[in-house]
Amino acid sequence: MTALLIRGGHLIDPSAGVDAPKDILLKDGRVAEISSPGKSKLANGAEVLDASGLTVAPGLIDMHVHLREPGQGYKETIASGTAAAAAGGFTAVAAMPNTAPVNDSTEITRWMLSPERGAVVRVFPIAAATRGMKGETLNDFAALKAAGAVAISDDGKPILKDSVMRETLVAAARVGLSVIQHAEDTRMTVGASMNAGPMAFKLGLRGMSNEAESSIVERDIRLVTELRDARSHLHVAHVSTAAAIAAVRQARRNGLRVTCEVAPHHFLLTEEHVGMYNTHAKMCPPLRSAADRDAMIEAILDGVVDAIATDHAPHAVHEKEIEFERAPNGITGLETALGLSLRWLHKEWKLPLGRVLSLLSAQPAALLGMKGRGALTVGSFGDVVVFDPKAEWTYRAAEGKSKSRNTPFDGWTMQGKVQWTISEGRIAYAAPRS
Amino acid sequence: MLRRRTRMNPTAVRRPIQPPPVVASPFPFHPGSLLSIEDLSLQGLSHILSRASALESMDPLERARILAKRRIALLFYESSTRTRTSFELAAKGLGADTTLVSSLSSSIEKGESLKDTGLTLRALGAEAIILRHASSGAPWLLEAETRLPILNAGDGMHEHPTQALLDLRTMLQDLRPGVETITPETFAGITVTVVGDILHSRVARSNMLLLPKLGARVIFCGPRELLPEMAAQAGPGVSVERDFEAALKQSQVVMMLRIQAERLAGLQVDLDEYKVRYQLNGERQARLAPEALVLHPGPIIRGLELTADVADGPRSAILQQIRNGVAIRMAVVERALLTAANEGGRA
Repeated sequence: MTALLIRGGHLIDPSAGVDAPKDILLKDGRVAEISSPGKSKLANGAEVLDASGLTVAPGLIDMHVHLREPGQGYKETIASGTAAAAAGGFTAVAAMPNTAPVNDSTEITRWMLSPERGAVVRVFPIAAATRGMKGETLNDFAALKAAGAVAISDDGKPILKDSVMRETLVAAARVGLSVIQHAEDTRMTVGASMNAGPMAFKLGLRGMSNEAESSIVERDIRLVTELRDARSHLHVAHVSTAAAIAAVRQARRNGLRVTCEVAPHHFLLTEEHVGMYNTHAKMCPPLRSAADRDAMIEAILDGVVDAIATDHAPHAVHEKEIEFERAPNGITGLETALGLSLRWLHKEWKLPLGRVLSLLSAQPAALLGMKGRGALTVGSFGDVVVFDPKAEWTYRAAEGKSKSRNTPFDGWTMQGKVQWTISEGRIAYAAPRS
Repeated sequence: MLRRRTRMNPTAVRRPIQPPPVVASPFPFHPGSLLSIEDLSLQGLSHILSRASALESMDPLERARILAKRRIALLFYESSTRTRTSFELAAKGLGADTTLVSSLSSSIEKGESLKDTGLTLRALGAEAIILRHASSGAPWLLEAETRLPILNAGDGMHEHPTQALLDLRTMLQDLRPGVETITPETFAGITVTVVGDILHSRVARSNMLLLPKLGARVIFCGPRELLPEMAAQAGPGVSVERDFEAALKQSQVVMMLRIQAERLAGLQVDLDEYKVRYQLNGERQARLAPEALVLHPGPIIRGLELTADVADGPRSAILQQIRNGVAIRMAVVERALLTAANEGGRA
C-alpha cells in the first residue's frame, strides 16, 4: 500500500484557500497530486477511497492532549489515545508532559516517539519546562527539541516564579520553541474544585476565581513585553475567562507573540453543567459563568482565539466515581471536538466551515511549527480527514476508542461524521460500515 | 444569550447566540430520599410536619410496628452527637433495626470507597442509608450508585435538610402555634438572621433554600472571611448585612452558628474581634431583640458565638430544636421506607 486516491470529495484547505471538488493522490506518505475530479494523471494502481458527497480536509491537529504514557496506562495509552484521535479526525496530537515520570528528558521524549508505542497518528511531545515540573530548574530545551519536543510547558503545575518564567521564555525562544502556560495561580486555588461564584457557594464547594487564571496571563504578558527583544512566543492553554481573553486580545494589539486556545467544553458549557456534583463536569480550569462562556464564543468568532484544543484528559471510571472534591480534573475530548465544533460553532453560530477547520488544523500547526501539516499541497504530509459535514449522530462514550469514558457529552448530538482519517498516507481510522 | 461582537467588524449583523441547554437534574432517583431541602414541595413539607406531630404523640408500642424489623444503616464519616443520636432514636422508635458504620471503625479506614461501602450496606440488607459526610455532594453520589433512599444527615459545607426541617418546626411552634400546613405566606413579615460562619455552614444553606419559600426574609450576617458577598446571590429572599446590630433589630428569629474550626482551611479569624462584633450576649439581646427566638444547631460554644445567659434564657429554643429533631427524623425515616420507588421522582 503506497498510493491512495481520495476521489470525488470536496476539498477544503483553508490555508491554501481551496474550497472546491478535488481528487487527492497520496503516495509514500505525502500528497503527490491534487487534481480536478477524475483528472488524476498519477493514480495508476492506487487504492481508491470514494469520497463522493464528503468533505476532504487537512487532518486535524490537537495541540493539547494527555496520553498518560509513560506511567498511567490504565487511563490511556499512546496506542488507545491516538486511536481515539484518529476516530475524531485528528492526525497529530501534542502530548503534555504530566506523565509518570514527567517528560522532562530526552529519554522519555524518545520513548514516547518509539514505534513500539503503537501510535496510529503522529504524536508530538511537549516537554516539561523544569525538572519534574517543580518550577525550579530549567531543562535542556535544545536537547529536548532535538529529541522531538515541539513546545515547552509545565502543564498543570504552572510556573509561578517570575524569574523562572522569564528564564523559560528566553531559553525556549533561543531554540525556537513556544512556551505553553496553563494559567492558574495555584496558591489561590488550594482545595478548590469548581468556578468561584454563587454556584460554588450554593453547592458548598471551594471555588477557583477568575483572577487565579487572569493574573497569571497578565503576569506572563508583562514578562513577554519586558523580553520583547527575545521574540518569545507565549501560548495560553485552555483559556476560560473573559478577563484572560481580554488580556490576550490586548497583547496582540500591542504586537506581542501571544496566542491562545479554547477547549470545546469552555465554549459550550457553564458551571451550571456541574449539576449535582457531576464529576464529568470537573476539570481545570473549571467550567465558568455564562458570561465567560459567551466571551469564549465571541473570541472564537472574532478571531482572537488561535486554536481549538481538547485538553483530552482520560481518567478511569473508578477515579471519577468518587466525591466531587476528591475526583481528578479532566474530561476526554478527542472524539467529540469536531462533532461539537461543527454542531455549534458552524451550524448554530455560523462560523464558516473553513474557519472551524483552520482552528482545528492549520492554525495549531503554525503555532507549533509543524512543517508540512495543517495544509494539503503537493509535497505536504498525507494527513487527511474525510467526513460528512452534514451527518448528525449521537455520541456514545461507551463505544469510543479511548480507554476512558469521562465526558459530559455522552448522548449529545454531533454534526459531521468522520469517514476516514489518514495519517501520512495510511488509513488510521475507517468508520464502521453502517 | 449574547450578541455577536460588532466592534471588530462593524458590518456584521447583530444576532442572538443560543447556547446548549442545561439538562434537568435526575435527582432524587428514589422518591423516599431526602438529599436537599429542595426535594420537598410545600405539600411535602406540610406532610412531614403533620407526620412528625402524629408520630410524636403516638403510643410507643403502636409506633414501633410502623417499620418493625426494617433495616436502616447510619453511615457517618464525621463525628456527630445530636444528628446521629436522634436519627437512631427516630428509626428505633419506628421499630426499625439500625446499624451504625462510622469511618473510624470500619473498612473506610482501609480505603474502601463510598460507592463500595454503600453497595456493601445494600447487600447486607439496608433499605435506606442515613449519610453524614465531610464532602459536599456525597449523598448524591451514594444515591446514584445504590439507588436506595438516602437521607442526607449533613454533607460537607452543603446541606443539612433535616436540620432545616426541625428549625422550621421550632419556628412554627413559637411564631405560628398550631400551624402545620404551610403556604408561601406562612412566614410573611418574618425576618430570620443567620449569624456567623455562613461560608462553612450546611445549616445556613438549607435554611436559605427553605425559608424564603414560606415568605421569610433571610439575612446572613458575619465577617467577610466567613461570609462572601456572593452569598446574597444564592437565592431569592436572601441578603447580606455586616452589621449584626442592624440585622438583629429587624429579626424575629436569630440563628447563631459555630465557627467551624475544622473547615477553616488556613483561614485566620480574630476571635476577640469576632466576639465584639457578632456575639449574641444578654445586653445585645435585651437592647435590640428581646422577643426574637434564639436558635442554634449545636454544638454551641458558650462564651464565643453566644453567652450562657442567652443560651439558657427564656427565648432560647436550642433544646426544643433537639427535641424536634427526633420527631422530624421519625417522619423523614418513615417517608424513606414507605414511599414506593414507583411513585416517581421529584416532589
